Formats: sequence, C-alpha cells, structure tokens
Amino acid sequence: MKLRFLSIFAAVALVAACESAPSDTGAKGGTGQTTPAVSTGKSIVAGSKEDFVANVGDRVFFDFDKSSLRADAKASLAKQVAWLKQYPNYSMTIEGHADERGTREYNLALGEKRANSVKEFLVANGVAVARVKTVSYGKERPVALGSNEAAWSQNRRGVTVLN
Amino acid sequence: MSRIRFFAALAAVIVLGVLTVGPASAEVRIDITRGQMKPLPIAIPDFAGFTAQESQIGKDISRVVSADLERSGLFKPVDPKAFIQTVASLQVQPRFPDWKAINAEALVQGKVESTGDGRVKVEFRLWDVFAEAYMTGWTLSAAPQDWRRLSHKVADAIYKRITGEDGYFDTQIVYIAESGPKNDRKKRLAIMDQDGEGHRFLTDGSELVLTPRFSPSSREITYLSYFKGVPRVYVFNLDTGRREALGNFPGMTFAPRFSPDGNKVIFSMAEDGNTEIYEMNLLTRQKARLTNNPAIDTAPSYAPDGSQLVFESDRGGGQQIYVMASNGANPNRISFGDGRYATPVWSPRGDLIAFTKQKGGQFFIGVMRPDGSGERLLAEGFLVEGPTWAPNGRVLSFFREAPSDERGRGQSVRLYTIDLTGFNERVLLTPLDGSDPAWSPLIP
Repeated sequence: MKLRFLSIFAAVALVAACESAPSDTGAKGGTGQTTPAVSTGKSIVAGSKEDFVANVGDRVFFDFDKSSLRADAKASLAKQVAWLKQYPNYSMTIEGHADERGTREYNLALGEKRANSVKEFLVANGVAVARVKTVSYGKERPVALGSNEAAWSQNRRGVTVLN
Repeated sequence: MSRIRFFAALAAVIVLGVLTVGPASAEVRIDITRGQMKPLPIAIPDFAGFTAQESQIGKDISRVVSADLERSGLFKPVDPKAFIQTVASLQVQPRFPDWKAINAEALVQGKVESTGDGRVKVEFRLWDVFAEAYMTGWTLSAAPQDWRRLSHKVADAIYKRITGEDGYFDTQIVYIAESGPKNDRKKRLAIMDQDGEGHRFLTDGSELVLTPRFSPSSREITYLSYFKGVPRVYVFNLDTGRREALGNFPGMTFAPRFSPDGNKVIFSMAEDGNTEIYEMNLLTRQKARLTNNPAIDTAPSYAPDGSQLVFESDRGGGQQIYVMASNGANPNRISFGDGRYATPVWSPRGDLIAFTKQKGGQFFIGVMRPDGSGERLLAEGFLVEGPTWAPNGRVLSFFREAPSDERGRGQSVRLYTIDLTGFNERVLLTPLDGSDPAWSPLIP
C-alpha cells in the first residue's frame, strides 16, 4: 500500500513537471514567474523545447501600449534566432499579450501587433516565414495575477511557443 | 409575437377613450429627463385568478412587474401589506380613496383567465389614482409558461404610459460568464432575461469566447471564439443552436456587430500587425474594407439608421473615437477630452454615443453626442468597460472588474446597469462572474 502511494506521488510529480513546459496558452501554474523554472536537477536535452525556454528564453516584454521591440527584447530575440537556426525542424506560434489596463478589443489588436513585431524580427534575421505563425490573446491570458505595474510589465509580452 | 395574439380591437377602443379624457397635465407622469427624482409610488396587487393555476400566475406576474418597475429606479411599488381594497373587490371597480389613503399614485389591476385551449388570457389596466382615470391597458393571450414575457410586457406598457418612453423589460442580455483563476480563466457565452431570469449557457467553456452582440432580430449572436485556437468571428443562431464562422479570413477577426438591418456584420481584422475595419454582407458574402490606415482601427458600431459608423482608432497617437460614413468615407475624430476613448456604441435612439474612457489610472463609462459635444461620465472604477444600451436608449449595462493582488485575490467581474442620468447603478446578478454584456432589442 505504501508502495502504491509512492508511485502515485511520482506520477503527480511527473505531470506537474510536464505542466511547466513552455506552452503559455494554458498556463495553469499561477506562480506568476516569467520564465518557467525547469531546473529540477535533471539535465535538459539540448535542442528540446525545455532547452529553448530555460537556456534561450521564450519571451520578450513590451512597454505600456507599445509594440516596438526594446533593446533587451532584440537581444533576447537574437538568441532565439540563433537557436532556431540550429534547430530548424521547429515551427512556432508567437503569442502576443497585453496587460489589463486597456479595453478588450484594443488589446486584441495590440497583442497582434506585438506578436507581429516578434515575427518580423525573427523573419528579418533569417527564420523562414513559413515556420512562424502568430496569435493574439489580448488581455485574456496574463501570467502574473496582480493588479500592479510589476505584474503588468510581465504580462505585456510576446511568447515564442515551439510546436 | 407569434405566440401572443393582441386583442387589438379592445385595446384600440380603450386608447381612443383615454385620448378624449382630461388634459395631459393633470396626469400622473414621470419626466425621466430630469436627474435623480422621487420614484413614483405604484400599487401592483396580485393579478386576480379563479383557479389555483390562474392565481399562481397572477401572483407571479405581479411580482415580476413590481421587480421590473422597481429596478428602473423610477417607480416605488407600494408594500402589498398596506393595501386596503382586496383583489376580488378591485375586479369590480377600483375604490380610489383606498389607494389614495396609502399614497399610491398609480394602480395596476390585472386578471388571469384560462381560455380552454390550454392558453391563458391576461388582462391589465393602469389607473391614475388621484385623477381617478383609466390610463392604459390590454388583453393578451399566451401559453401559461410564457407568463414571464407577459409580465415584462405589462411592465413595458406601464413604463411607456407613465414616462412617455418605450420600455425595455421584454429583453434579454447575452454576456460572457467567467470562472477560474485569472491566468486560466474559463469563459462561456451565456444568455438571460434582463432581470437575470431564464439564465442558460450557450457554450461549454472549452474555448475562449468574447464580445457577444445581438442581431436586430435578437435570434442571432455574433461573437469572437478561439475555436481550435484560432480567434475568429462567429454567428450563433439561438433557434437552431448552431454556430458558423463568419468567413475565412487571412488574419484574426474580432470586434463584430450587426448592422441595424441585420444584413451585414461589421468587424475588425488584424493582419501583419495592422488592424482595419471590414464589413461582410451576409446575403452576398462580399466583404469590403472600410478603413485604410496603419493604426489600430476597431470597435465599430453603426448609427441606428445605418448611415454612419462610430469606431476607435489610435491614428492620431492615442485611442480616440471617430465617426465616418458607413462606406468608410470622411472619418472625423469626435473625442477631444483628456484621456483615451474606446468601445464607442451608438444609442438605439441615435442621440448619443456611449464609450469607455481611461484617464489618470481610472476607467469610466460615459456618453457624448455624435458630434463629440456634451460629454458626461456615468460610472467610474479601477476597470469599467463595454457599455451596451437598453433598446430605449435610457439605460446602459457595462461590466466592472476589481483589482487583484499578486495571488489573484480580490478578483471579481460583475455586470451592472445604470440610468442615463448616472443614477440608479445596480449589480445585475449572474451565477458566475460576468463581462461583455450586450442588451437585446425589444423581443419581437
């Protein structure tokens, strides 16, 4: 009986680990962390989605009501480009997100502009356009739950989700 | 209207009778263009019935009519415990001194009668107590289970006779029911009567849905769904329960609304980082682009005569409201106050445009005239958004969201209604949290 309990516990832990995978769309964690922490002592396989999230960084951040790429965003995206060139089998969906300080429909449009800014950077730097799709979630999928600037600055983001 | 037959001849005779009676100035009347006022005391005894079923329906109708009128903020139903004249005696003849004694200025008299074919006949009369005069009334026949709609029609008739404005009680509200944590919010399309009754969900929450809006017939809803992860405009048919994508477009389509004749849907499409406004003719399936500007052009809404569109654009730098011809000609900015202006919605009366405003870290619901003059703010909050008009253009609904802490505590999203005067703000109760309300036209 004790053994069975343990094995169930292991299965739960495994599921939990899977849930911290890079996809941002179904974010269930509620930790509000910008980069899912994967380092649980296990080694990350180079070229895996986990590798991309942990060692490259899957997201960039935007200023309030802006869709232009900041210098730090361009640096992050340059790293993404290098990795994506090394692993050309991945296609990706760029998610554009907004904070809650805007109206719903405007934020949908703003999220699309942000996703497109990321896409344009990747494509301009050599990622094949056929690999890149975009989707906007507007203010519908925040990662940080607070109603303050610290949370909003994390929610104004473009996330490169590998398929 | 198919299930409800008017006894038109009776009604016409009664109306003519009233027109020949005394001067209008002596009547009990509410001038709803004024600000906050004392609500009119009105007595609404149970509608009389002979059988148990008739009596039950009579009680239910009286209760719903009272609740409708009370919620409008313009009427104050008198506590039935104060009534002196009995329901049975009232059917013979109103004894006006009994109603004057309890300060009821208006009196509603009603009766429910089974007609043998499984239907019921509901008769109501509205009396001016102090003038001792008949004001209006009708008789309608309906299936017994339609008693709620009959009640709302009674309330609409009373509201119209006393305020001079069309009522808005026989209507529905479609909205987005919300549940779950902020970062994994489940959103479902839901519909209910304007008083919150008859609530039902139209989608199961497996896909994100947003911004529903009624067709002029009230039988269709256009909205945004992320079905299969692709945000697109859909049309949901309430009679068949079927939903259909508006069309296949290369980019995300959103912000849909029907044209006043129901033949078109206007919406935004975002493609390659640029959002423009398009229209889709539902009969010919032809689409046309109405804006051509690198800015965000979205949230379009038709004037009630269909000749013009109001929309928001950040082409001038910030979010502002513009009006243009419905073919896209002559866009003109109309909002010039401090702050950002969004989600313009043309009043069904044509005289005003409601909007969401952001200024100084707060959100507001306001109205302005179609030329941008006469701006008035009605509601304020951390987040208030998405005004929608009751069909008489006198009442609005919107949603209000509370801020949350870093663990998501405090989160709450509720529907509200408010009078055009800015008074009588009320929560519209829903089973779950609610956002994106859209008020139907009067149900045909």
